[in-house]
Amino acid sequence: MSDVVLEVKDLHTYFELEEGTLKAVNGVSFAIKKNRTLGIVGESGCGKSVTAQSIMRITPKKTSSVSGQIMLHHDFGAIDIAQLDEDGDQMRDLRGREIAMIFQEPMTAFSPVHTVGNQIMEALFVHGETDKKTARKRAIALLDEVGIPAPERRIDEYPFQLSGGMRQRSMIAMAIILNPRLLIADEPTTALDVTIQAQILRLMKRLQRDNGMAIMFITHDLGVIANMADDVAVMYLGKIVEFGSLHQIFKEPKHPYTKGLLRSIPKFGETDGKHLATIKGTVPVPLNPPDACPFASRCSEFIPGKCDARMPDAVTISPGHTVNCVLYEPTNIQT
Amino acid sequence: MSETSLLEVRGLTKYFPIEQGLLRRVVGHVRAVDQVSFSINRGRTLGLVGESGSGKTTLGRCVMRAIELTAGEIIFHHQGESTDLAQLSRREMREFRKHLQMIFQDPYSSLDPRKTVFDIVSEPLRINKIASGKALEQRVRKALELVGLDVRYMKRYPHAFSGGQRQRIGIARALSINPQLIICDEAVSALDVSVQAQILNLLKDLQDELGLTYLFIAHDLSVVEHVSNDVAVMYVGKLVEQAPTRLLFSRPRHPYTEALLSAIPRPDPDQPLPESGGVEGELPDPAHPPSGCYFHPRCPYAQQICREEEPPLLEVAPQQVAACHFADELELQGIED
Repeated sequence: MSDVVLEVKDLHTYFELEEGTLKAVNGVSFAIKKNRTLGIVGESGCGKSVTAQSIMRITPKKTSSVSGQIMLHHDFGAIDIAQLDEDGDQMRDLRGREIAMIFQEPMTAFSPVHTVGNQIMEALFVHGETDKKTARKRAIALLDEVGIPAPERRIDEYPFQLSGGMRQRSMIAMAIILNPRLLIADEPTTALDVTIQAQILRLMKRLQRDNGMAIMFITHDLGVIANMADDVAVMYLGKIVEFGSLHQIFKEPKHPYTKGLLRSIPKFGETDGKHLATIKGTVPVPLNPPDACPFASRCSEFIPGKCDARMPDAVTISPGHTVNCVLYEPTNIQT
Repeated sequence: MSETSLLEVRGLTKYFPIEQGLLRRVVGHVRAVDQVSFSINRGRTLGLVGESGSGKTTLGRCVMRAIELTAGEIIFHHQGESTDLAQLSRREMREFRKHLQMIFQDPYSSLDPRKTVFDIVSEPLRINKIASGKALEQRVRKALELVGLDVRYMKRYPHAFSGGQRQRIGIARALSINPQLIICDEAVSALDVSVQAQILNLLKDLQDELGLTYLFIAHDLSVVEHVSNDVAVMYVGKLVEQAPTRLLFSRPRHPYTEALLSAIPRPDPDQPLPESGGVEGELPDPAHPPSGCYFHPRCPYAQQICREEEPPLLEVAPQQVAACHFADELELQGIED
């Protein structure tokens, strides 16, 4: 267990809206280990980003509520992030130093009126560094490490002066400057061109190899997941419907949703002029969802009276591979 | 070729002026689209790929005459007549636009939130005074049925629909007027994977049923491979390679095409991205492109001549053109099925 950096147990993040309770994350559990990447994949509205924001405790204070356990493990014990005050000193101290996050659009993560260097160094100052020269040196070294040419000049530029790829590299530098043990990456390459995306993915892998951080990699792109993740959680409408190793999810998918997702992406050379497999309907909004399988309304293997009766239990298919689907519950397996 | 081709674009060029100072003096030009030529046969799909700043969207807009081109011809073959769209007056173009329609990327911003589905889909018909009253309603019904939308929702507003349904509304609007050519500009990029597949299938069915011709602009190569008969690759305003889809993906002849193909993350753990190699650097600023071949600063095969001379677009194999000095010598990697 000592390798576990973060353990999430039965996380619920609800938003109180005029129309009702939006259960963005509705009972999610997983663990992330040192030096490994957990991929979280799902379509819009599945709760993958809100899961990340809940761990960072940056969901809107007034309208959202976070419950469950978010255990951050240390050699000397564990802290439950869910119990911390999101504005408190303890949480502030954790952000950046223990857990850092990078986002899809670096332009929104950076302040437009401060130089890239000042924003990267700010983390050092907030967390106790006092010497400006040391901080600047560290920032330049880091910009160099993430592959920014002429870092001693770039450090004094503003975010708008950098290209999208360079901004993303700078944001990664800002995130890892304090050597966090967990890096949460929320669609970090979605806005990038494909040749730049390949560079950033390679960079993240190298950094992980060098410093052993755990990565939680959130994306809707199954191609990116297949290249980055060691383990994969497939989310749908606020719940993890299947969890397994990269191989298990891509080669032996069990949940009808996972299977449907994998079938619906065009693959090279396979689909010439043929129809793609589709999943009928669209992702519903999780407003006051019933306590049932979230995928029931779109599932091609829907069993009335079972799938819509209750949330299926997690069934272990093989070590490390679990699926929440009535088709695999022992009582329903036909012999 | 020309008896079956629907659209022939020759030397299409679009320069945007760079203005500076209080008097907005023109200090230079961005060559957004530079001397691009291609043709699309009736009932076929040409995929147009490239990264941001490649000029693919500008090219699509120029073909629609949504923005004015700087130079070039846009020959549209219709009912035995050939019309150069570039020569039409604005009024003539408005009239002609019923033959070519566009589908946009963002199904949220491309539909007027204050108009009902009926108003949106019927707009091209009303503007062109093609139908009114009962006949208009009939045409709208038919368009909605074609795209698989419930006609009972005709009086609703766009906000009541999901992204995929909105994209269907956009397609219905384009179809209502019976166009020959549809320009799809990143038409499925904003959609979830499962919904994207539905829309791609719909576009395919509509093509079979109505004999539509598509110019399919997208950055996602796996989508382009799926829908296109031919693929054209653009880099910083120029066409660098064009070939039938199979050929382009299996045997690329331009190093940029190879770079694009090798950078695609495949949804298969057995086919990971290469650990090293891959193309370095970023896309050049189109206002200050490099000398010679625009790709040379990033090209692993670049030689002296690439820095000095711009390579012409030449036929390198039957139906395959590429703009590379070494197209005949390089053994480039494609994608095996």
